[in-house]
Amino acid sequence: MRTLFEPGFFASAPVHVALAIGAVTAIVSAVVGVFTVIRSQSFAGHALTDVATTGGSGAFYLGISPLLGFIGGGVIGAGAMDLVGVQRVRSRDMATGVVLGSASGLAALFLYLDTTQSATTGATQQILFGSIFTVDPSTIPLVVILSVVTLLAIGLIYRPLLISSFSAELARARGINARGIGLVFMIAMAVAVGLSSIAVGSILSTALLIGPAATSVRLVTHVRSAVIVASVIGVVTAWLGILFAYDSYYWMPSTQGLPVSFFIVALIFLSYLASGLPVVHRTIEWLRGSFGRSPSRTTSLSSAAT
Amino acid sequence: MTESPVLEVEGLRVSLSGRIILDDVTFEIRAGEFTGLIGSNGVGKTTLLRTILGLQRPDAGIILVEGAPITPRNRSLGYVPQKIAIDPDIPMRARDFVALGLDAHRFGFARRNSQQRELVEAMLQAVDAERFADNRVGSLSGGEQQRILIAHALISNPKVLLLDEPLANLDPKSVQEIVTLLHRITEDHGVAVLLSAHEMNALLPVLDRIIYVADGRAASGTTEEVVRSDVLSELYGHHVDVLKLHGRVLVVADPSTDEDIAQHPNLTVS
Repeated sequence: MRTLFEPGFFASAPVHVALAIGAVTAIVSAVVGVFTVIRSQSFAGHALTDVATTGGSGAFYLGISPLLGFIGGGVIGAGAMDLVGVQRVRSRDMATGVVLGSASGLAALFLYLDTTQSATTGATQQILFGSIFTVDPSTIPLVVILSVVTLLAIGLIYRPLLISSFSAELARARGINARGIGLVFMIAMAVAVGLSSIAVGSILSTALLIGPAATSVRLVTHVRSAVIVASVIGVVTAWLGILFAYDSYYWMPSTQGLPVSFFIVALIFLSYLASGLPVVHRTIEWLRGSFGRSPSRTTSLSSAAT
Repeated sequence: MTESPVLEVEGLRVSLSGRIILDDVTFEIRAGEFTGLIGSNGVGKTTLLRTILGLQRPDAGIILVEGAPITPRNRSLGYVPQKIAIDPDIPMRARDFVALGLDAHRFGFARRNSQQRELVEAMLQAVDAERFADNRVGSLSGGEQQRILIAHALISNPKVLLLDEPLANLDPKSVQEIVTLLHRITEDHGVAVLLSAHEMNALLPVLDRIIYVADGRAASGTTEEVVRSDVLSELYGHHVDVLKLHGRVLVVADPSTDEDIAQHPNLTVS
């Protein structure tokens, strides 16, 4: 235990804040991420991280809370992508590319101004790659409120979102406003990206959005199970990442810890690789056989794999 | 089968970006009937189905479902769209996709009671899908996915089931199975089936009526009434021959209008 939890881990206030922010943002990212993966919108999700970078760096320059910048940038980007064209997959792809490119250019300008004019050299690192240990505790209530609202919104549009992910045409034939549902989801995605930007930085928020979700959809055959598995993976990797980053302060020869984001993203990547291992699938089969409600459930993965 | 029609289309004109796609299309469909919407690719079959569903606004004409004008969210129409590519990564079993047909338009999570679960089971049975009901919907073959899409559309108990080219890209055995299945559904569930296809031969044994679309216009009636040289020549605007050979129907254009032959549906060159 002494070697796993280096001295002061549980007593440190920045660690408490980091664990709270890490857990909440990981859950929102995982839940939104599952639908991002189902809707094949990973690219749009990544584009939102670039727009969030623009918002975050702009907010930093203006001296506003970076969280508001990340989310504001993301939401404006989501709206822009919807306006430029989301009706067809192809035009959605191009709209995403156009918004992404322009936003990155603006981000380059803001980051230049941040580092040259405000004399804070850490701006680029903080915005792009996060600094969860330096998050102001006063932002926690806002993070929690935004998370709850986002999760409620996803819960509310759950079924129309699912059916329109399969086919917008099928959804429209049932009287569902597929475009409206798509826009609400894009905004949810922007908020999720903004929240995880303060944890792992705007660039790496894609990893927190897509990684746990991509892992979960390989393991289970229910959307709700996928949401739960993705959330667990997200929280566990975030917490372990925070722990390792804290511990790394003691590992290194100089008194310099390694970044949290590196550990979180590395753990997410490892969990994704592990989800492809047959032994993991067999364990899930076994778990399902032991605890599953109906015997028919045990067949689903093995037969899906053939 | 002599009750009032469940679907009436009269004098329908539809244009897309200024071009008239369908003009003066009139037909009606009754409960328990199997109707084929036949025409070559790009002739406006999908547009006609989308207009009936209320997804495309017509320029003129009347569409009545059970005697009433169409409304969005019409529970009387079931729809199986063309070419849905379902990603095998989507974590959803075929069974749950069928259940989603009950209430996909509702907000919030579904809490399904035992009655609804039995209904899902009955639908899976109706389309012979129990075998693969617990597989991921995206992992199924084309024919299996069609069955699941049909069950998804059928579970809300529609009066008319609209299917857009459900037989395209299926192997001949699956085509036969799906046609037989739909025929059984019309009889067992009393639902009217309107199925679009560019090839009619596989459908001929089960078709009660046919709507033949060509050059923006449509002729409807029984196959004997419609698939005739005089009716189709009138529709195409030039002479075509209808040949019946070994129980198959071939629609062949006049050799002098050779270049049109390739555009004709049902043309079999051997």
